[in-house]
Amino acid sequence: MKSSTRRLRTGLLAGALVFAVTGPMLAETASKDGKANEFKVTDFLLENGMEVVVIPDHRAPIVTHMVWYKIGSADEPPGKSGIAHFFEHLMFKATSNHAAGEFDRAVSDIGGSNNAFTSYDYTAFHETVAPSALELMMSFEADRMRNLILTDDVIKTERDVILEERRSRIDNSPEAVLDEEVDATLWQNQPYRIPVIGWMQEMEQLNRTDAVAFYDKYYRPNNAVLIVAGDVEPNAVKAMAEKTYGKVARGPDLPPRIRPVEPEQNTRRTVTLSDARVSVPNFSTQWVVPSYHTGKPGEAEALDLLAEILGGGNRSRLYQELVVKQGIASNAGAYFQGTMLDDTNFTVYGAPRGDAKLADVEAAVDAEVVRIARDGVTDNELEKAKDRYVRSMIFARDKQDSMANIYGAELATGGTVQDIEQWPDRVRKVTADEVKAAAAKYLVLARSTTGYLLPQQQAGN
Amino acid sequence: MTLVLDRLSAFPAAAARGEGMVYRTFATLCFALFFLLLPVLSARAMDIQQVTSSKGVTAWLVEDYSVPVVAIRFVFGGGSTQDPPGKEGLANLMTGLFDEGAGTLDSDAFQVRLDDAGAEMGFEESRDGIYGSMRMLGEQRDEAFDLLRLAVNQPRFDQAPIDRIRGQILSGIIAGENDPDTIAQNKWARALYGDHPYSRSDQGTRQSIAAITPDDLKALHKAVFARAGLHVAVVGAIDAETLKKKLDMVFGDLPQDQALAPVPDIEPKLAQHVEVNYDLPQTSLQLAWPGVKRKSADFFPAVLMNEILGGGTFTSRLFQEVREKRGLAYSVNSSLVNHDHADALIVTTGTRSDRAAETLGIVRDVVKQLAEDGPTEAELAATKKYLIGAYAINNLDSSSAIATTLVELQLDDLGIDYMQRRTGYINAVTLDQVKAAARKLLSTEPAILVIGPALAGAGKG
Repeated sequence: MKSSTRRLRTGLLAGALVFAVTGPMLAETASKDGKANEFKVTDFLLENGMEVVVIPDHRAPIVTHMVWYKIGSADEPPGKSGIAHFFEHLMFKATSNHAAGEFDRAVSDIGGSNNAFTSYDYTAFHETVAPSALELMMSFEADRMRNLILTDDVIKTERDVILEERRSRIDNSPEAVLDEEVDATLWQNQPYRIPVIGWMQEMEQLNRTDAVAFYDKYYRPNNAVLIVAGDVEPNAVKAMAEKTYGKVARGPDLPPRIRPVEPEQNTRRTVTLSDARVSVPNFSTQWVVPSYHTGKPGEAEALDLLAEILGGGNRSRLYQELVVKQGIASNAGAYFQGTMLDDTNFTVYGAPRGDAKLADVEAAVDAEVVRIARDGVTDNELEKAKDRYVRSMIFARDKQDSMANIYGAELATGGTVQDIEQWPDRVRKVTADEVKAAAAKYLVLARSTTGYLLPQQQAGN
Repeated sequence: MTLVLDRLSAFPAAAARGEGMVYRTFATLCFALFFLLLPVLSARAMDIQQVTSSKGVTAWLVEDYSVPVVAIRFVFGGGSTQDPPGKEGLANLMTGLFDEGAGTLDSDAFQVRLDDAGAEMGFEESRDGIYGSMRMLGEQRDEAFDLLRLAVNQPRFDQAPIDRIRGQILSGIIAGENDPDTIAQNKWARALYGDHPYSRSDQGTRQSIAAITPDDLKALHKAVFARAGLHVAVVGAIDAETLKKKLDMVFGDLPQDQALAPVPDIEPKLAQHVEVNYDLPQTSLQLAWPGVKRKSADFFPAVLMNEILGGGTFTSRLFQEVREKRGLAYSVNSSLVNHDHADALIVTTGTRSDRAAETLGIVRDVVKQLAEDGPTEAELAATKKYLIGAYAINNLDSSSAIATTLVELQLDDLGIDYMQRRTGYINAVTLDQVKAAARKLLSTEPAILVIGPALAGAGKG
């Protein structure tokens, strides 16, 4: 079934799991003849400070090659929103060694795929190719780390592309416009209040000077993490990395990524968008909570489990109570984005079905939030949620780029390979009391932000 | 928070369909065909076993123990085209009900068992088939297969889950009623396909889904879930002898023959202009030309031609002319669509509304030039290399992806050794054949869909 409500629910669960999780407990898996297949992740540092992680996957002659820079939209200078993402696009232009498009053609000529993405805390570039082409990819990627040539013409045309991207992703969609302004309300000081793609009027002004300054400051080997996942051996990767990335000079040490943080929040805020394109209303309520990087030991793990038990899937409380039992919602759920450098958000959401009103759904969601903070979770709920996380890690190992993304995101947000390897044990240790405490401490409606997407009012319009 | 922005995300929800990626462009399933296989992969050829159970159920198996996961995927021919008139949305509703009770287990009991088994089960329909898939942990495969047996053979279609899932689908239908994209895609399907079943929304209408009864669901299940229309693929930690027993258990007791309503072939109606006007900052454009049948001798020449025009790389002509040189769009691409009864070549893009006419003109110029002059020898050579290499990366990057690919190869009757042969098919295509394909398909006047402000006097040509 392809109803959008179910798709949303599954998508969120998958997203939350994949980015929070990984699978060292599978370090040994039995093969058919009883012999253990070793799964061992290797990490080391190049002399210029570039971190390298090698994840084995010998099932097919494919390798995923990613370079993660520890620079995202939340690191942008004031007034220059969108520069991190804009710069990601500019990285595909000419360098002093390669004409524009040469790298793309080198990838497509061997049937590879390539792309790049930008988030609040990182920017990553990646190629998937046959292992025989890995060194070539490294040489292109190392080249564009320092040798990009940016002209005003290139800047102008590519800026038009990102403006079009903004129109496509945000301005054409009432849901996205609302989300953007909910974020700007939830976050009163922290840079996550600014959209990754940037505010239109600031994007329009981004120029060559901004781009060059950004490049020189952040695109350095000592600010980068190399992730190689696939049919390769760590020693070979190391030799190739030294030959390519190793030749790039270390940049000046960057200051610690200390950004403005949230002041104490004391209010309940609402953000409302009414739009003629909307026929079925929905709402979401968000709170500021710690991430894996900012939380006390075990706190983010407890929030992950809380999100799963409260609203992680069709066995969750919100789904069972609102969609199945009361029959008032077409969907309802919760999610937590734990892999962030700074404090992050915890979200609950819902939409009505049939004759139910949005207010009924919101009241029922709030009641579940209050109940879980007051009464906590059962041991059975907790065990099932832990099992689902552990299982998701095993499934993640079935997809090479999922594994690469897990390690890349963790290392770009202040974590380590060891953090990932110990994660399942830390999840296993979370107690029901800790989950209850997390809910009681953070899910307080008196300091929350709620967004409403509503149909256009008939009267008065 | 919008977490991640890609350099290019023209293809949401990509999934493999045997010969290539499935892109969901609006409401239309587009099968862009990349044909493929790494030469290097044939060197270590994927060992596909044909397994036939004692009751005569056949599956393709790739046995692999490197990750302790088993993925199964299967299809029964006959999808939403089998919805009886007035009961549109029946197949879609049915696919939402397989985890909502089977055998002696009601909805809740079934889902608890599924969760305990650590398995993920999903059903979905396309226009031409009903697909099922399950991903399970190797050590819990017995419980998982047993639940799959119940779902396939004895779905309960209880009234309460029917009403609940129907309510969710209804919410989705209502949600689209004032959405210009949804309105446009429904109008576009009617314009292209007239009164053919392909013109209908797979979700149905408010009236049609209200009319569906449990007896309708049972009748559709009986007509479609039969062995003659079944194709199965399994990948992962299971051997052939064990799989044979599972195949008998899950599929062995189904009836032999399907009872499908005949569906005629249809040529999409081109040479027409469809507009849905709405004051949007970005206008969506969709253009349809004739496609080519999977079994046609022109198929590979057309695949190469489409790839050169606007395929999945950053080097295509449309990408270069519309985005790279002019900054008129973030996404622009073309894809070949192959349904069982209709084929098309579709170009889609989104562009700032005040320059939509200009963008449409450039798209049409690029198409016209390719139709008149064809590609260059160098473009063809590079595209062949891309398509040969891209197969493994696009189609075989996880157990689930491999299973999906193997089901589509069976549906298209391409043979178990197809991956070894396809490089030869691609290399055999001549420049003259590609020129002929371009001339034949692209010289036709296309159907054009515009979603946005009225397009002033544009796009004629």
